[in-house]
Amino acid sequence: MWSRLHPEAADPAAAGAVPAPLLSLRGLTCERDGRRLFAELDLDLRPGECLELTGPNGSGKSTLLRAIAGLYPDFDGTIDAAESLYLGHRAGLSTLLSAAENLRWYAALGGSAAGIAEALERVGMAGYERVPCQQMSAGQQRRVGLARLLLCPASLWLLDEPLTALDAAGHDLVRALIEGQMARGGAVICATHQGLGLARARRLALGSVAPAQVPA
Amino acid sequence: MSARPGPAGLFRAQLQRELVATARSLGEALNPLLFLFLAIALFAIGLGGQREALQDFAGGIIWVLVLLANLLALEGLFRRDYDDGTLEQMILLARPGFVPVLAKVLAQWCVTGLAMTLIAPLAALLLYLPGQVLGTALLTLLVGSPALTVLGAVGAALTVGLRRGGVLLALLVLPLYVPTLIFGAGAILQASLGLGASAQIYWLMAISMLAVTLGPFAVLAALKISLEQ
Repeated sequence: MWSRLHPEAADPAAAGAVPAPLLSLRGLTCERDGRRLFAELDLDLRPGECLELTGPNGSGKSTLLRAIAGLYPDFDGTIDAAESLYLGHRAGLSTLLSAAENLRWYAALGGSAAGIAEALERVGMAGYERVPCQQMSAGQQRRVGLARLLLCPASLWLLDEPLTALDAAGHDLVRALIEGQMARGGAVICATHQGLGLARARRLALGSVAPAQVPA
Repeated sequence: MSARPGPAGLFRAQLQRELVATARSLGEALNPLLFLFLAIALFAIGLGGQREALQDFAGGIIWVLVLLANLLALEGLFRRDYDDGTLEQMILLARPGFVPVLAKVLAQWCVTGLAMTLIAPLAALLLYLPGQVLGTALLTLLVGSPALTVLGAVGAALTVGLRRGGVLLALLVLPLYVPTLIFGAGAILQASLGLGASAQIYWLMAISMLAVTLGPFAVLAALKISLEQ
């Protein structure tokens, strides 16, 4: 069962010292094509936390992220997730439109259109506002996709291999963006092969046979 | 949490996005129209340009070919957005979700139904459609084609997740087009016999109205099914 959390609606007095989680998974079990991807997964992700999701190809990292985003309903257990922003395998940019046109569309879907130029500058794509995305390299398209993280405020980021196709400076950029989100009191789940190299990140390795338990 | 733009702003933004994208891939959008024109020309040639035969069948020929040309255009309705990942973002982020679907369908109708209505006088010329029937023919196309686009969008949404879903799309959608075909071709026949065709035209309007009202919700549900994998 998938449901939306509203942490901002919670009573601050009742919450106490420990902030309410932005994501909580209870007994999450997922099978795909007769193969068990993960079983009895319990997880709470609180404001300021980052979870690094690792595991070999086909271990269910993307499936877990899609399930949390609400794009994959075929699981057992419960998912309670706050307003999330999902950056998937596909860049999520129309190749016919320019960088600014793509971001303006996202702003209309829920975000702010102000600051598109600043966001593009931050991700190292200043001056590419009017360039159609099909003329950009894969890494440049990734960077334009990352600009969404700056424009659309969401307390939970779901990043599927954000480092793909990015250069070393791009890796630093992703790290800086994630650290910014953690400092703001948001939470991040990031599926990655390369390893983010964040000291404060929790780690969850999928693909182990035993039921996965996350050390807090 | 920033304030979400209202449904009207969402509709406008999506419509603008679709029209800009269509303008930048104009060749793709024009192909179904060229197909329609060529197929009608082939009918005119194939029937040896016999005025009486063509006149009798003109309504049926025009409507069947409009259905097929619509079908050709449908394949691309969600394909590009599905491939580049913007479709899943639209489903995840847009609230209410049927609003951008409606905008997409309207943009699609502009380059199919509306454009086909505009080139229909040319087709009528090739098929020796009498001048007094032309008005009725255009009216049936104008009020009947929204149903074609919306019903087709449901099929396109169901098959967008499948590679080579083209034949399946045709099998799903063509039966749904039958009522529109019956009333559309029937109205032109009635008019060419000198009888009133308003009953058929009202039926076409009713079908289109029903499709436009309920269709976007069905499209949205079908898109969710296609993306949930």
